[in-house]
Amino acid sequence: MEGDEIMSLVPRTNTIEEKQYLVRFRADTQSHLHVLDNDVCATSCPDKLCTVFCPAEVYKWEGKRMAVGYEGCHECGSCRIGCPYQNIKWEYPKGGHGIVFRLA
Amino acid sequence: MSEKFDAIVVGAGPAGTSAAYTMAKAGLDVLLIERGEYPGSKNVMGGVLYRHQMEEMIPEFYKEAPVERPVVEQRFWMLGEDSVFTSGYKGLEWAKEPYNNFTVLRAKFDQWYASKAVEAGALLINETVVTECIVEDDRVVGVRTDRPDGDVYADVVVLADGVNSLLAKSLGFHKEFKPDEVALAVMEVINLPAEKIEDRFNLEPNQGTTIEIFGDATKGALGTGFIYTNKTSINIGVGTTLSGMIKLRLRPYDLLDYLKSHPIVRPLIRGGESMEYAAHLIPEGGFHSMPKIVGNGVVVVGDAGQMVNSIHREGSNMAMTSGRLAAETIILAKEANDFSANMLDTYRIRLLESFVGQDLKKYKDAAHTFESYPQYFKEYIPMINQAASQFFTVDGVPKREKQKKIFKSLTEGKSKLGMVQDIYRAWKVMK
Repeated sequence: MEGDEIMSLVPRTNTIEEKQYLVRFRADTQSHLHVLDNDVCATSCPDKLCTVFCPAEVYKWEGKRMAVGYEGCHECGSCRIGCPYQNIKWEYPKGGHGIVFRLA
Repeated sequence: MSEKFDAIVVGAGPAGTSAAYTMAKAGLDVLLIERGEYPGSKNVMGGVLYRHQMEEMIPEFYKEAPVERPVVEQRFWMLGEDSVFTSGYKGLEWAKEPYNNFTVLRAKFDQWYASKAVEAGALLINETVVTECIVEDDRVVGVRTDRPDGDVYADVVVLADGVNSLLAKSLGFHKEFKPDEVALAVMEVINLPAEKIEDRFNLEPNQGTTIEIFGDATKGALGTGFIYTNKTSINIGVGTTLSGMIKLRLRPYDLLDYLKSHPIVRPLIRGGESMEYAAHLIPEGGFHSMPKIVGNGVVVVGDAGQMVNSIHREGSNMAMTSGRLAAETIILAKEANDFSANMLDTYRIRLLESFVGQDLKKYKDAAHTFESYPQYFKEYIPMINQAASQFFTVDGVPKREKQKKIFKSLTEGKSKLGMVQDIYRAWKVMK
């Protein structure tokens, strides 16, 4: 079984949107995440893995291009390391911006 | 900022703050640069802080520091789909000084710890990203920040910039880490009243429990779940190697929800209110993945140097020791006025001689082995649950017959030789 099948029966205790609402973000006006080439996503990457493993659902495939919701990024670095085509330029958000953990 | 410091430390987590604190106490001019709004605002861990290495920095810190609960019980769960095989140790000697370890909330703890470095004389600057190291004549001489006129110079730069050490990478100290060298962990902080926590986990006030969860928590991927008790909240989380997440097409937050709704876990968090959701990478490549950690005018400490013992969930303690050892070497380097890689290499040697190097070496093949042979997580843990269920179910079948049946079911469809090989392999990488 693959992840989606395994998880199809899991009751959602709260959705990823609800989880993201628990976190404070001080988003910059500019993205710190850049998909280098949307053609690579479209033609070479049928699995679009970043849309699966990103813990904040930052990446969403819109049929032609990869939408990047950088405002909700946890800055974990998974997309940079996990993209099989090294197609994501990953930087830290500007000082003081981005996610602000209060507890974790 | 055109001032020159003795040392610049990049990142105010446990490694960076330990380095800054040690150097500042010895009278060095130290600049500690943090990219978050405050130290800890970008940091995540399950939440166990070890007392020993922290006390090497600040004796009796727990009398002052914002710790949650001293841990008196460490449980290990082999989780099945609707069962659990448990083991663990509870020792009330851990309930009193000097304690063994504590649960902490990092955003609070790191802020406090960095304030101690400031008291010792370090200059802390928040909300500042170091974009690159300034290199002159094959020597790191300072850092460039994202502030206007943001170049700062120092005799030595300590890179404590965490698992995503873009700086160590840009110096060529390591290549990009691979998905099997990092674990992706997600967690939630769930509020519960102290009395509920104490009832459900069988605790007195000011006592805490940790539970490490193997097996069904990660649906067979290499990784663990965890539940840790804070004063009035619970940290619950789950993580697997990023490669495992990719291979099984797992969404990490789905896995977390799976764990939260698991029939064995659910009663522990029932009625709790989610307060925060966090995700972070853990550098779990171990000894084989350690980058170069010393160069001319530069050293690497903590997560940036892959100093995590995933088998024993230790990391922040290794970070503290590496930060301290780096600082002690820099203090010697200052006396000798020599900040060459040759001089700073004392740090690397002392680190490898310390428990950090020893433990990383001991488990150098462990994670990789368990990743290559998924049966440990996928097959043996359900088997243990089945066996326990059969053995403890009283149904008129004599015990000898049960034993026979269990052994038969365990080895069914498997070669006995294969199982012996598995046991030997596991022993070899853990011994």
